[in-house]
Amino acid sequence: MRHIISILVENESGALSRIAGLFSARGYNIESLTVAPTDDTSLSRMTIVTKGTDEIIEQITKQLNKLVDVVRLVDLTESLHIEREMMLTKVTAMGGMREEIKRLVDIFRGHIIDVTETSYVIELTGDGDKLDAFIKAIGGKSIIEVVRSGVTGIARGEKALKV
Amino acid sequence: MELSGGEIIVESLKCEGVEYLFGYPGGAVLHIYDALYQQKDIQHVLVRHEQGATHAADGYARATGKPGVVLVTSGPGATNAVTGIATAHLDSIPMVVLTGQVPRAFIGSDAFQEVDAVGITRPCVKHNFLVSSIEELAPTIKKAFYVASSGRPGPVVVDIPKDVTAPNIKIPFEYPESVDLRSYNPVLKGHPGQIRKAVDLLVSAKRPMIYTGGGVVISDAAEELTEITRTLGYPITNTLMGLGAYPGTDSQFIGMLGMHGTYEANMAMHECDVLFAVGARFDDRVTGDVEKFCPGAKIIHVDVDPASISKNVKVHIPIVGDVKIVLHEILDTLRQSNQRPDNPSIETWWARIRKWQADDCLSYDRASKLIKPQQVIESLWEVTGGDAYVTSDVGQHQMWAAQFYKFDKPRRWINSGGLGTMGFGLPAALGVQLAHPDAQVACITGEASILMCIQELSTCLQYDTPIKVINLNNRYMGMVRQWQEFQYDGRYSHSYVDAIPDFVKLTESFGHVGMLIEKPADVEPALKEAFALRDKLVFMDFVTDQTENVYPMIEAGKGHHEMRLAPARELA
Ligand SMILES: Cc1ncc(C[n+]2csc(CCOP(=O)(O)OP(=O)(O)O)c2C)c(N)n1
Ligand SMILES: [Mg+2]
Repeated sequence: MRHIISILVENESGALSRIAGLFSARGYNIESLTVAPTDDTSLSRMTIVTKGTDEIIEQITKQLNKLVDVVRLVDLTESLHIEREMMLTKVTAMGGMREEIKRLVDIFRGHIIDVTETSYVIELTGDGDKLDAFIKAIGGKSIIEVVRSGVTGIARGEKALKV
Repeated sequence: MELSGGEIIVESLKCEGVEYLFGYPGGAVLHIYDALYQQKDIQHVLVRHEQGATHAADGYARATGKPGVVLVTSGPGATNAVTGIATAHLDSIPMVVLTGQVPRAFIGSDAFQEVDAVGITRPCVKHNFLVSSIEELAPTIKKAFYVASSGRPGPVVVDIPKDVTAPNIKIPFEYPESVDLRSYNPVLKGHPGQIRKAVDLLVSAKRPMIYTGGGVVISDAAEELTEITRTLGYPITNTLMGLGAYPGTDSQFIGMLGMHGTYEANMAMHECDVLFAVGARFDDRVTGDVEKFCPGAKIIHVDVDPASISKNVKVHIPIVGDVKIVLHEILDTLRQSNQRPDNPSIETWWARIRKWQADDCLSYDRASKLIKPQQVIESLWEVTGGDAYVTSDVGQHQMWAAQFYKFDKPRRWINSGGLGTMGFGLPAALGVQLAHPDAQVACITGEASILMCIQELSTCLQYDTPIKVINLNNRYMGMVRQWQEFQYDGRYSHSYVDAIPDFVKLTESFGHVGMLIEKPADVEPALKEAFALRDKLVFMDFVTDQTENVYPMIEAGKGHHEMRLAPARELA
């Protein structure tokens, strides 16, 4: 099963490699990992998407909790949550294709954020399925480059991950 | 009081009550060594190899419960220390290792003797720090000692750039009184609901087993364990790391379990209906094939580390907490309730266990013309009144030591169980002897293992540590040879120890006493003679039967009930 684990870590050098190292040393899978400082500058928030049986996910959360730099963590997938990922896509856009791509971007509620005579850069946010669907719709031939931010997420309602 | 970084380190160690600092100097730590030179409270022990420093500090920690402290230089000093750090890590031993680092401005430039010590040690420490300013020194050392010795203990590395310790930069010194780590709060008390459930299950057992490990020793809970075990009247087995936490000579103790555990302990594990696991981690050397592990048992597991619970084996009643505190809570609950064990069932269970015991799985040929290693350990036990501190290296000799020296007290049996580090025994014995100058300390070793840290004989002379080295010399890496005999049709690939030194001469050249013992009849007199030399290190080279194997044994993929017994036994 796919799980999204959200972690508050001390904003210290080495915290990221401790966590990444734990995954590689214990053979856990990382699908994506994002990290950035939070509103509290002493903390960073990390979101890790991983896959595993219930036993493995239990071990992952326990082993993460054991790291001295980890302040708090939650498995978002255990309850209602929102997940988002941002994707920047550079596509060839010439002639009649320009209008068609623009329409597609509108349908997916994305934005064109850079324009040249032959290309667009498109910004699109959503869950993974939506981003995949967009790539499919655009078609492989016109894509020049794709960059995805990796998943971030937050619990629905009043629940919060904070110290 | 204004102090330099070097002085702050020394003063901080004093504030932590450090008696011994095991170390080896080098460029990056010279300022610290200069500060050490100017004081008398901390005794520096100059080892002959940084691996020796870590094992000696580790032995000191295991024998006392206090963190062992190490100081090494950057680069090769740090890398040499890694084996000892990993050894302490796998056995949860509190240790603080200070490593020198190149000056801050040089970090990342491939400077002379630069290695990323924090990076290299990260997977084998409980935690580590790179000190980035002189102001951080004292608080970091405080945190290091706290993290190393609380919760599930372990080694902590503090990497210190040379310029942070410079003599000309001074700041006011104040050692913090407490530590505030919001991200680290070990749970110590057990959950009351879980404790009640555990007591209910314990008293309902018809075929109970108590299985305990190193956690009982670490948490100083031998008394509590003994009391619970006697109150319940249940059979108890210890892991290799847990020996001594329950008296090895007591009739409720049915021996070690696991790969080279006793037949009765492993059979009882296999047939038990309630397993009370305390401070043990269901290591693969203990469980055998986990698919076949305790098939009919409901399991209670007490451990301070939540990650140890249900890691290898799913348990039914997990209790996270410090073993000593939780055992107290269980005892109290047991006393307050009027529930008592099901004595008739327990008696039947004991009768079954006594039958297995009657098989005498540890028997060996006592009439042999060659020295049997088991005989040496049995004699050692008698000559030392069962009261010595015994360290060991890794191999067959380690298993015989565990099987035949009956430890009645905790912290007496000191071995590298988790990492299985050859070379551990001698430097560990050095640390133990310094901690307990008047105690009898024996290092049980093999001719291969001892050569891995033999240089520490020199340290032993310098610091007057009258260790008795018991070398079970079978001219083989015996444990390797045994596996090759069983699994590779006797193709002894590179397990023969060729060109073995003359250990007597070697020992003498280090300034100690050497003895060569070749006949069974000489074993006991020689041991007596050696232990009578109270202020001398004596290296006893016992020429033992080369073909002896460690029995019984659970081979790969087998369960507790599928032990391989000694050949003579299988005929009988
Ligand atoms: C540093 C290290 N290298 C290799 C091993 C693998 N190993 C385990 S036991 C053993 C042989 C030990 O031989 P010896 O010290 O003579 O003990 P014996 O088994 O003969 O009693 C070896 C090589 C190890 N445990 N540690
Ligand atoms: Mg040998």
